[in-house]
Amino acid sequence: MTPRNRNETMKSHYTDPTEIQLPERRTYCVLVDNEPGVLARIAGMFSGRGYNIESLTVSETEHEKHLSRITIVTSGTKAVLDQIEAQLDRLVPVHRVVNLSAKPAIERELALVKVRGTGEHRMEALRLATAFGARPVDATLESFVFEITGASEDVERFINLMTAIGLVEVSRTGAAAIARGSEGL
Amino acid sequence: MTDPNTPPETMTGAEMVVRAMRDQDVDLLFGYPGGAVLPIYDALFQQNSIRHILVRHEQGAVHAAEGYARSSGKVGVVLVTSGPGATNAVTGLTDALLDSIPLVCFTGQVPTHLIGSDAFQECDTVGITRHCTKHNYLVKRIEDLPRIIHEAFYVAKSGRPGPVVIDIPKDIQFASGAYSGPGAIEELGHKSYRPRVRGDRARIEAAVALMARAKRPVFYTGGGIINAGPEASRLLREFAQITGFPVTSTLMGLGAFPANNPQWLGMLGMHGTYEANLAMHGCDVMINLGARFDDRITGRLDAFSPGSRKIHVDIDPSSINKNVKVDIGIVGDCAHVIAEMIEVWKERAYEADAAALKAWWGEITKWRSRNSLGYRNSTEVIKPQYAIERLYELTRGRKTCITTEVGQHQMWAAQHFHFNEPNRWMTSGGLGTMGYGLPAAIGAQLAHPDALVIDIAGEASILMNMQEMSTAAQYRLPVKVFILNNEYMGMVRQWQELLHGGRYSESYSAALPDFVKLADAYHAHGIRCADPARLDDAIREMIEYPGPVIFDCLVAKEENCFPMIPSGKAHNEMILPDFSGEVGNVIDAKGKQLV
Ligand SMILES: Cc1cc2nc3c(=O)[nH]c(=O)nc-3n(C[C@H](O)[C@H](O)[C@H](O)COP(=O)(O)OP(=O)(O)OC[C@H]3O[C@@H](n4cnc5c(N)ncnc54)[C@H](O)[C@@H]3O)c2cc1C
Ligand SMILES: Cc1ncc(C[n+]2csc(CCOP(=O)(O)OP(=O)(O)O)c2C)c(N)n1
Ligand SMILES: [Mg+2]
Repeated sequence: MTPRNRNETMKSHYTDPTEIQLPERRTYCVLVDNEPGVLARIAGMFSGRGYNIESLTVSETEHEKHLSRITIVTSGTKAVLDQIEAQLDRLVPVHRVVNLSAKPAIERELALVKVRGTGEHRMEALRLATAFGARPVDATLESFVFEITGASEDVERFINLMTAIGLVEVSRTGAAAIARGSEGL
Repeated sequence: MTDPNTPPETMTGAEMVVRAMRDQDVDLLFGYPGGAVLPIYDALFQQNSIRHILVRHEQGAVHAAEGYARSSGKVGVVLVTSGPGATNAVTGLTDALLDSIPLVCFTGQVPTHLIGSDAFQECDTVGITRHCTKHNYLVKRIEDLPRIIHEAFYVAKSGRPGPVVIDIPKDIQFASGAYSGPGAIEELGHKSYRPRVRGDRARIEAAVALMARAKRPVFYTGGGIINAGPEASRLLREFAQITGFPVTSTLMGLGAFPANNPQWLGMLGMHGTYEANLAMHGCDVMINLGARFDDRITGRLDAFSPGSRKIHVDIDPSSINKNVKVDIGIVGDCAHVIAEMIEVWKERAYEADAAALKAWWGEITKWRSRNSLGYRNSTEVIKPQYAIERLYELTRGRKTCITTEVGQHQMWAAQHFHFNEPNRWMTSGGLGTMGYGLPAAIGAQLAHPDALVIDIAGEASILMNMQEMSTAAQYRLPVKVFILNNEYMGMVRQWQELLHGGRYSESYSAALPDFVKLADAYHAHGIRCADPARLDDAIREMIEYPGPVIFDCLVAKEENCFPMIPSGKAHNEMILPDFSGEVGNVIDAKGKQLV
C-alpha cells in the first residue's frame, strides 16, 4: 500500500518516533480481603505474567473488616506498570490499588544487619551506624546486629558500607508506604 | 426474596449446592462422579428440577458447559470429583478463561482434616486452578458455603466473564448449616468486585466526535459483543447502519454482525480476508468494540495499523493499552457504550463524511474483488472449502449452531460458513484446544434442542474427545460431527511446509480408525464421502438423520489455508490463495520463533 499523507489532527502514537520507555520503580498500595490464598494470587499474577517484584509486604491492617494492606515495589516501563495496576485491580479480592509513586508518600523499611569485626573495624561499624541512625540491638565482642529503619535507598547504602567492614547477613522487611497528608486511602 | 422473618432453612452442604443452583436458575449441569462428590450426587438423585448430564471425561464436561453457556448466554455448570476429576477439568477451565466464558465448576475435595496429608485423590485444586480461573474458593466452613456459591455465579457472569471453581471438602458436604439465597449479593453487590458497566460520558463523546470526522473508518468487533448479549449485536447493527462504516470481526465475534450485510468485510487477522486486513491497515479511525488486540489480529505490532487513531471499548480495563496503545479507551459494557454512542451520534446530528466514505468503500471494493477466499475447486477430490460452502448452503434457513475443533478446518469454517446471528458459533479461540468441538456441540444441543448442531472437525482433533459420542448417544442428542479428513494435522503440516522445509515431522494422522464403524460402535450413524458429486446428497442425509452422525468427509490432503499473514508480518504482507512464490521463504528467521 502507498503511504498516505497523514492529517496532522489524526496523528497516531505510532507515527511518532518510537517513544523509548525507560524502566522506573513504582510503589503500589493494594487493599485486599484477607482471605486464604490472596497473597498467592497476587504473587502468582506477578510471576505468571513475568512482572518484577522488588519487595512485597503484607499484613492485616483492619481486623474487623478482614482487610489487609499489601505494599508492592515493582519496576518496569510505564506501559508495564500501568498494566500491572490494571491486572491487580481486576483480581476479585482486591478493593483498591493506589499508585503511591504518583503522590507525595513516605516509604520505609526495616533491616537487621549483622556485622563481624574487631578493633578498628568494630569501631567504624558503630560510628557509621550512629551516622545512619541505626541502633545496635545485639552485640558480642566481635559482632553487632544493627536495626535500621529508613527509605530503601538509605538502608541499601548502609548495607553497602557494612559489606566493606564485614557483613555477615541481612534480614529486610521490604517497604511499607503511606501517602502524606490527612487523607486515607 | 425470602422473608427476613422466616427462619433460615437448615440443610446439608450437598443440599445447599443443589438448592443454590436452583436459585441461580440452573437447569442442567455437566459432571462425573467420584468419592469426593458422592454427597452432592446423592442430593442430585433426590430431586428433579436440575438435570445432570453424565459426560465421559471431565474435560468434556467443561467444554460442554462452555458450549451450553456460549450458545445460551447463561452460566455453564460443572461438577467433578477431587484429584483426577479436578485435574482433568483444567484444560477446559483454561479454555474458558481465555475465551471469557462464564462457568461455575464444583470440585470435590478430601475432608478438611486430611487436606495437606497427600490423602487419596487429594490435589491442591485451588493452587492448580488459581492461574486458570477468574477466581476460586476452598470452602472451609459450612457457614460460608451458600454465600460463596452465589458469589461465584456473580463473579462468573459479571464484568469480563470467566470460570470460577468452588472446591468443597467432603465433610463440608455432609455438614449442616443455614442456607441463604442469592438476595444479599443481588441487593448489595460484591464487596470488592464491581466492574464498571457504563462508559465515561466525556470519552464516549470524544470517541463519537472522532468517528464523525473519520475518512477511512472501520469497526473492529470481537467476542465482547457476544458476551454483552444479543442487545449489543442489535446495537452494533444499528450503529453500522447509521454510520455506513465497514465492519470486521475477530474469530470470537463472528455472528454479532450479519455476514450477509454489504458492510461486512469478513473476519480479520491471520486467516482473515484481504479487505478486512487492508481496511485495518489503512484506516484512519479504528473502533474496537469488545476485542482484545490479540496477536492473531495485530501481526507485527510496530506495523499494526500505523496511521490510525484508535478507540477501544472493553469491560476489562486491563485489555486497554495491553498490546496496542489506543487514543481513547472506554471501560464499559459494549451494549451500554454502543447505545450511548448512538445516542450521541443522533443528538449531535453527526453525519459521516460521505465523499470520503465513498472513496474508502471504493478502495475496499477493489480489495474485495481480489476474492481472497477463493480456491481452485476440483471434480476429482472434495476441497475442504467446498465442503464447508456446501454445508452452509444446505443448512441455510435452519437454526444451525456450529462448533469446531482446532486446525485448518476451524479456519475454513470461520471463512466459508457465514453467521448472521450471535451465539451460533462456538470455537476455541484463545487456547486453541483440540477436542473442544464435540463436547461443546453437546452443550449447545442441550441448550437448543431444536437446533441443528454441527461440530466441524479434523480427523486428529476429534480423537481427543471422541468418547463424548457416548454421551450424545445416551441423551439422544442428534449432534453431527462433520470431519474434514485430510489425514494430516493439517495446520501443523501447513506450518511445517511454510517454516520447516516441508519436513512433516509427526504430523501425519496414521492408523486412523474407520470413522463409519466408529459411529456404529457409538450407536450413531456413519457416512463417508469422497466424491464432490455425491457430497450434497451425503450432507442432506446427515441433516435429515434424526440422531447423532459422524460424517467422514475425505478431502484434499495437502490443501493450505489462505489467506494467511505469516507470523511476524504486517497486515499488508498477506499470502493470498494463488500465491505462486517460494512458499518456504516467506517467513524470516525472527518470524519463525513466533507461534
Ligand atoms: C488456529 C487458530 C487460528 C486463529 N486465527 C485467527 C484469525 O485469523 N483471526 C482471528 O480473529 N482470530 C484468530 N484466532 C483466535 C485468536 O487466537 C483469539 O482467540 C481471538 O482473536 C480473540 O478474539 P477477541 O479479540 O474478540 O477477544 P475475546 O477473547 O473474545 O475477548 C473479548 C474481549 O472483550 C472484552 N469483553 C468481554 N465482555 C465484554 C462486554 N460485555 N463489553 C465489552 N467488552 C467485553 C474482554 O474483556 C476481552 O478483552 C485463531 C485461533 C486459532 C486456534
Ligand atoms: C490439545 C492440542 N494439542 C496440540 C495442538 C496443536 N495443533 C494445532 S492444530 C493441530 C492439528 C489439528 O489437526 P486436525 O484436527 O486434523 O485438523 P486440520 O488442521 O487437519 O484441519 C495441532 C496438533 C492443539 N491446538 N491442541
Ligand atoms: Mg486433519
